Amino acid sequence: MAIAEPERIRTSPKNEGPGIGQLVGSLAEALKTFAETIRRLCASKSALISMIILLFWLLMSIVGPLVAPYNPNAHNLGDRFKGPSLHHLCGTDRYGRDEFSRIVMGSRTVFLLAASSTLVSLVIGTFVGLGSGYAGGAVDEIVMRFTDVLMSFPSLLFAMLMLGIMGPSFVGVVIVIAVVFFPRIARVVRSVVLDLKTKEFVEAAKVRGENDFYIMFVEIFPNTLGPLGVEAAVRFGYAIFTSASLGFLGLGVQPPTPDWGLMMSDAQAYITTAPWMAVFPAVAIATLTVSVNFLSDAIRKLESGDL
Amino acid sequence: MTRFVLKRLGLIVVSLFIASIIIFLITEIIPGDVAQMILGQNVTPDALAALRVRLGLMNPPAIRYLHWIGGVLQGNLGDSLSMQGVSIASLISRRGLNSLFLAAASTVLLVPLSLLMGVIAGLREEKWPDTAVSTLSLVAISLPEFISGTFLMLIFSVWLKVLPAASSINSEVSLFRQLHLLVLPVVTVSLVLLGYVARMVRSSVIEASRSNYARSAILKGLPPLLVNTRHILRNALLPSVTIIAMNIGWLFGGIIIVETVFGFPGLGSLVLFAIQQRDLPIIEDVVLLMAAAYLVLNLLADIVYALLNPRIRY
Repeated sequence: MAIAEPERIRTSPKNEGPGIGQLVGSLAEALKTFAETIRRLCASKSALISMIILLFWLLMSIVGPLVAPYNPNAHNLGDRFKGPSLHHLCGTDRYGRDEFSRIVMGSRTVFLLAASSTLVSLVIGTFVGLGSGYAGGAVDEIVMRFTDVLMSFPSLLFAMLMLGIMGPSFVGVVIVIAVVFFPRIARVVRSVVLDLKTKEFVEAAKVRGENDFYIMFVEIFPNTLGPLGVEAAVRFGYAIFTSASLGFLGLGVQPPTPDWGLMMSDAQAYITTAPWMAVFPAVAIATLTVSVNFLSDAIRKLESGDL
Repeated sequence: MTRFVLKRLGLIVVSLFIASIIIFLITEIIPGDVAQMILGQNVTPDALAALRVRLGLMNPPAIRYLHWIGGVLQGNLGDSLSMQGVSIASLISRRGLNSLFLAAASTVLLVPLSLLMGVIAGLREEKWPDTAVSTLSLVAISLPEFISGTFLMLIFSVWLKVLPAASSINSEVSLFRQLHLLVLPVVTVSLVLLGYVARMVRSSVIEASRSNYARSAILKGLPPLLVNTRHILRNALLPSVTIIAMNIGWLFGGIIIVETVFGFPGLGSLVLFAIQQRDLPIIEDVVLLMAAAYLVLNLLADIVYALLNPRIRY
């Protein structure tokens, strides 16, 4: 991860400016960098296709109710286990619920779960990484050993145990994924902080008499955005992976909420008699996880200068 | 070396002790009354109280912890709560062997294949073999095990009808006579790690081939085959031992999912069952066992690494 490239290190040219103005300025700049990243990603064919698939599912999750032909939870016992047809594009399940509508509405569950758990772990990880790296010394040592312990535990087993305690729920999944993911994010942020805290622009801010929070969030934090963006993309992919797996185990969101993982576990018992029940949600999850991973791979290459 | 191994074994014992306390505390705070769960809702308070006493639920937590861990140390794992009269030791020994077999077979499949794929891709960087391996491995690590498992099941069991969909192992017959039941679970467990290790090996091969020692070997006129085998691969393959070891935790997670997908009677599906049934003794024993297995496997990986790497001497 090329964080040391001189043009990316943001020095503070207007040191008379107030902190908020500078933060807004760096946010605007981050937005510009984001647009530029998207433009450069379009050059790679696999990244472009991945973005289109991702946008498709994102659109589905937003306009779902307009697209879904049926109520995803409406039972219709006369139409149980119907194969794919013009009436039911993806067939029906054991309650006669329309699989297509459930997949469309399930995309909302997937995005909400993955986005909120990634966001929570990013926020916690950033705070822990900034604080631990900037404080250094014993605090850093203790925090890092603690994250070591968290990371050495088999994460799915850990998640299962925690959800077993809290009881399966949407919030439970978000908390569990955040706990499993934040140490890795804290590591990434910390490594940038350690690299930068001895640099001249940080020294200059200290000499100006800025407080530690200002230095951490206005001087150092904007420089973590590159590696943090890469990590966020990777974590988002893993969040989909993990939340779908937990849903499959029955430890995620609970029925009758339409959820792709749950649909897969419902389909298991009928895999020979009603294979469509498994095929369509499997394709939905596969297209989403594969495209997110190809996209995050392209972002990683872009950040390290290989693309 | 012996001192190193002994020191690490000591550390494992300490870690397991800490783990056992954490596991016990976690299961302590799981809500719900076990006695109520066993007897159901329509039960007299007297019967409930009697069962609580019999299960030792009225004792203070410290006594219950000592009772549990003392039993474990003497090889007495206790009885299951949800399945009356079933000893956990018999459950674990049978299912543990099944899971161990699944893990071992996956490793045997995974290690040579991922090394081969990574080496081929790394030595042919940017050529078609690299593109193929890189793309396939990225797809492999993207697919959750219950998705890849379902796809394999749909293709080989539902469509081609060559392999069974469910791995209902008959415990009376040796596993080696039921190998066909294991094909799909083993392949599914391996996929994610296969992709992951292949990618890691690829990048370490590329890194080694760009190194100064590789360049000087080429410049002094060594034939490419010797440069590749003696200089590049020797250095590039070492880290893969660590990478494989670091991902043992992932293998554990994968096994839990795969056992659920294929109805494979192993420790993973046992743990899921125990969590669903709130069968605390099973959860405690199996998680402690998995922690022990995890720590020992990590130690083994470190020993293998030290044996392979002449630069490390303990």
